[in-house]
Amino acid sequence: MTAAEICAHRLSIITGHYGTGKTEFAVNLALSLAAGGERVMLADLDIVNPYFRSRERRQLLEAAGIRLVATSQACTDADIPAIPAELLTILEDRSVRGVLDVGGDPVGARVLARFQPQICREDYQLLCVLNANRPEIRTPEAAAAYLRAIEETTGLTCSGLVNNTHLCGETTPAEVRRGAALAEAVSRETGVPVLCHTAETRLLPALTGLDAPVFPVTIHMKKPWE
Amino acid sequence: MAKELWKGNEAIAEAAIRAGCDCFFGYPITPQSEVPEYMSVHLPKAGGVFVQSESELAAINMVYGAAGAGMRAMTSSSSPGISLKQEGITYLAAAELPCVIVNVMRGGPGLGTIQPGQGDYFQATRGGGNGDYRTVVLAPSNVQETADFVQEAFDIADQYRTPVVVLADGLTGQMMEPIEWRPVPRRQLPPKTWAAGGKKGRSHTNVINSLFLNPEECDALNQRLTAKYSEIEKNEVRWDTALCRDAEVLITAYGTPARIALTALDLLREQGIKAGLFRPVTLWPFPEQALRDLAAEAHVRVILDVEMSSTGQMLDDVRLAVEGRKPIRYLGHAGGIMPTVEEMIEAAKTALKEAR
Repeated sequence: MTAAEICAHRLSIITGHYGTGKTEFAVNLALSLAAGGERVMLADLDIVNPYFRSRERRQLLEAAGIRLVATSQACTDADIPAIPAELLTILEDRSVRGVLDVGGDPVGARVLARFQPQICREDYQLLCVLNANRPEIRTPEAAAAYLRAIEETTGLTCSGLVNNTHLCGETTPAEVRRGAALAEAVSRETGVPVLCHTAETRLLPALTGLDAPVFPVTIHMKKPWE
Repeated sequence: MAKELWKGNEAIAEAAIRAGCDCFFGYPITPQSEVPEYMSVHLPKAGGVFVQSESELAAINMVYGAAGAGMRAMTSSSSPGISLKQEGITYLAAAELPCVIVNVMRGGPGLGTIQPGQGDYFQATRGGGNGDYRTVVLAPSNVQETADFVQEAFDIADQYRTPVVVLADGLTGQMMEPIEWRPVPRRQLPPKTWAAGGKKGRSHTNVINSLFLNPEECDALNQRLTAKYSEIEKNEVRWDTALCRDAEVLITAYGTPARIALTALDLLREQGIKAGLFRPVTLWPFPEQALRDLAAEAHVRVILDVEMSSTGQMLDDVRLAVEGRKPIRYLGHAGGIMPTVEEMIEAAKTALKEAR
């Protein structure tokens, strides 16, 4: 599955429970859109996490022609939950494809609430990323509760689930399939369709026959020894 | 049991709950705020007490009160916050109160940066407050060890009636890793007959105190503490090694730099360079004899200490252990910068070249 198929809308807003892998998905989506010739902007709107942020991949993103919107250098490590003013460019300039990398949980998603009226005027999709290996969303009910709470906080409607189930370097196809079962159960519970599964390229051959398509990802948010 | 994906800081909190932590007192500070955040949600559900204190000083003194009453008490913070707790920690050591103190270190000195650091080694291992005392210091280098060590820390604290520090760095606190909640062996612990948790039919009242105005009494306390520390040095010292059997260049590192070193070792070995890692797991008691013995081996030509510290702090303990038998080189960064695999490889090669 290509990024263009996942991003049928101009704006893709990536939300979900904390630690599900939203940033990895957002970075891959932006890179894939840019590779397809789109003008892409990626906004790092995480006000929860101090480390493992999409802004740490500025070089990679800019080399791919992606404009990264993140708080100014002065704020980068200042521990301030600031929102970059440039975010408005993504919302207003209809010639760009925007990927919004949002912090985890309703707490992180709160940054969107202020822009809700503007976002609603645009062609957007709010995606909810799931990872069956995260203990607090291991049941469909718990995962659905996070999704609903994020919708409530942002005033936006979720239109797709992304199964991003992984175990870092220890991910197997069985893990992805377990995540697929969770995503399908969440979908039944909420009525929100499963948009795609994600998997590292090495796992793709073993992942045929899933109901939703698989979006191949490359791990960019590496640890210093990887 | 199947593996789950846990963030280091969440694992610290969950491990404490699983170890039967009764009370958590803390104050938020990056990069450890997920610890109190998780505790605030989950500890009350497990029947414990969570208090967000008005300050770090308040938190550590609440630990003193709860530990004095026989509760399993804990606090966590990051470097500048741990500095604020030092007075409380020396009082806890003097009053012989068991507790667990987690420090998820960030770059310093001063308020420093929110990125990872290891500049609190001296503070943790030398006793950062006044007087003669030590705290056991466990240094995890991945999320699994973090989960295991926090659970064990409560038992060690209770066994010796002493504060135990779990010293992690910001990266270990912030990163996600697959872990297993494996059973951690529980120790046989004496009942807390000393606790000031109500008289409960006893003829005497238990008193928790760190003030000994009579010098003979204070000397007796110090002798008791010294004997206790000798016992801990004898029983609790831990370390880990990788590829040390024939190592010519021996890297010493703990926490995140030790993790980075494992990758560097593999790449050095691919280049035909015999590199090994000696990783202290307890920073106090430091595995002095084990490192001394290893450094004395004929194949070891040079030692390279790597830390997220500008001056090198564990370096002092490495020097004390090696006793000048082999040359020691240092690679360090502070201020939130982590040493890279490439830097470590270069430093190891240079050290070896100089030693030959």
